[in-house]
Amino acid sequence: MPRETLSIPHRLESLSVLSADGKLDQDLEPQVPENDLRKLYKTMLASRQLDERCLMLQRQGRMGTYGPSKGQEAASLGVAYSLKPSDWMVPAFRETAGLLWRGWPMHTWMQFWGGFEAGNEIPEGVNDLPTCVPIASQCQYGMGIAWGCKLRGDGQVCAAFCGDGATSEGDFHEAMNFAGVYNLPFIMVVQNNHWAISIPRHAQTASPTIAQKAIAYGLDGLQVDGNDILAVIVAMREAIEKARTGGGPTMIEAVTYRLAMHTTADDPKKYRKEEEVQEWEPRDPLPRFQKYLQDKGLLDDKVQKVIDEEIAAELDTAVRNYEEYTFDPSGFFKHMYAELSPDLEAQMRELQAHLDRKKKPAPRQERAEV
Amino acid sequence: MPQMTMVKSLNLAMAEAMREDSNVLVLGQDVGQDEGVFRVTEGLLHEFGADRCIDTPLAEAAIIGAAIGLGFTGYLPIAELQFDGFSFQAFHQIENHARRFRNRTRSRYNCPLVIRMPYGGGIRAIEHHSEAPEATYGHLVGLKVVIPSGPRNARALLRESIYDPDPVIFFEPKALYRAFREDVPEEPETMPIGKGVIARPGKDVTIISYGAMLRMTLEAAEELEDEHNIDAEVLDLLSIAPLDNELIQESVRKTGRVVVVHEAPKHCGFGGEIIARIVEDSLLFLEAPIKRVTGYDTIIPYFSNELTYLPDTDRVVQATLETVEF
Repeated sequence: MPRETLSIPHRLESLSVLSADGKLDQDLEPQVPENDLRKLYKTMLASRQLDERCLMLQRQGRMGTYGPSKGQEAASLGVAYSLKPSDWMVPAFRETAGLLWRGWPMHTWMQFWGGFEAGNEIPEGVNDLPTCVPIASQCQYGMGIAWGCKLRGDGQVCAAFCGDGATSEGDFHEAMNFAGVYNLPFIMVVQNNHWAISIPRHAQTASPTIAQKAIAYGLDGLQVDGNDILAVIVAMREAIEKARTGGGPTMIEAVTYRLAMHTTADDPKKYRKEEEVQEWEPRDPLPRFQKYLQDKGLLDDKVQKVIDEEIAAELDTAVRNYEEYTFDPSGFFKHMYAELSPDLEAQMRELQAHLDRKKKPAPRQERAEV
Repeated sequence: MPQMTMVKSLNLAMAEAMREDSNVLVLGQDVGQDEGVFRVTEGLLHEFGADRCIDTPLAEAAIIGAAIGLGFTGYLPIAELQFDGFSFQAFHQIENHARRFRNRTRSRYNCPLVIRMPYGGGIRAIEHHSEAPEATYGHLVGLKVVIPSGPRNARALLRESIYDPDPVIFFEPKALYRAFREDVPEEPETMPIGKGVIARPGKDVTIISYGAMLRMTLEAAEELEDEHNIDAEVLDLLSIAPLDNELIQESVRKTGRVVVVHEAPKHCGFGGEIIARIVEDSLLFLEAPIKRVTGYDTIIPYFSNELTYLPDTDRVVQATLETVEF
């Protein structure tokens, strides 16, 4: 036959557990211990409030440009919750809630956006990578980590994040391709928040979904309501189980929405309609999850008050730790190579002599005293 | 001691490391069944299997990105890129990640990978197969940049690079792959990265070179001795990052005259850095202006004319005479 329709076997599904108005599909509801549900809620709320505090610090000139995760907390939190500490998590830069779950202190997050490498100090006991600034490039080393897990045969998996904009980059496609070819225990989580700074999702790709891109690489693709933490947990548990048992990679498109600006350096009013934001606000993951907990009888005003007070105290401590932090400029040199080269040693002495001559503290110390 | 080519000695260094340490892996396009486009990975697939000598799809950035990730999980990856001209398709993984992870994570993670690539001109290849981009990589602090000049030092330096905890760009001068044989000891040797050597001692002038230019420079030195009674000292840098500044200054202070030879273009070439170091540290020891013998500031011509472009003994002799007779 000269021309016939090809039948390409593939699986492409869409998943949600908790509707926008908080209605639960009980058949799909994941089993999550009550105590974990409360902790997840607290982490989601803490992430939201950490964003708010950082935005305030930025406006007051006490922090650099800040990129909030507002509206996307459920996606990264559901992923982080589903992983074991020994699994690998490779963030992009809007995974605040997931990093808090993995044990990253709030002040570390502040240090990153406050312009200190200390903001990338990974907590002991988890295999996380730090925030990645160049778009999609993290997909590649995430894939490499998954490859290492497979070769070691220790059952570990790697989940990496990127955004909808990143799916236009070559690195995303190369990583998906390698993951497919080597059947790696890799979970590529695309947080489709509909905006890559000012470029909307529909201008990023002609594909009706991002999940379908998985098919071309021979992987399973799954679209999940990324604002529904229960759906994210269901999707991740399946993908992790498959990856651990040699079933290979999965690409998950977590459909979510960036309720705030890209970073404090841009004004979304310039490129997107306020009505669109208003359409998405009822789908905000935080009140949805809150209602779910209330309906289950796990959250009342008393518990909420305790959680609010705990988060407020943690934030105050974090701000204090962040602002009291001082940096030794010899750190510039000490982490370039395993051993300090004679050239770097000479430059380190040169900088120290320069600072001694100036007889004033490094700029950050000055600011901390204000 | 057995005699071997550089292709063989590089192969030996990899096989030895792979036998010693099961964390050592080789990955790249055509490194398995095809045994590498220059056959540098000959026999590795057969001896170590497809999990340790890995044929990859064609994607330079993914090869380097994967090697970075493999490094985080405890492996010591050797990534082969087929030609240095294609390394730019992985450039962002090298610049944005490989060289930065130690600093970015305050030394929690490092990138212990070696990126091997055939380098330089002289083998009558098509475009993008003859460039010498060492200055481009030398400028990326956080990397080490190694350029051997013969079978023996290639084997020792590759071994050192494989076990180095930091990312190493390992440029293999492709014109030397099968150009000559050298005695290579039975037992593995290492050489510290960042130390150059005096390839030929002398007292009248210092000629500084590396890579494929070294052998030509040594021939020029013989001609200077035989025909002009000039006793040239030839330095082989072997690594441009770190740079063996001490070796350079010591020789320059002894001879007072300097010629720098490299095949890359002159503008922003590595010779500029060498000369700046000499001017900073030993200006008052100089008896004459420093000369550079380099590729021209053009795209390296297609191979029918590449020998016209590449520095040769005539140019090195001429530059040295001008320096000595100044």
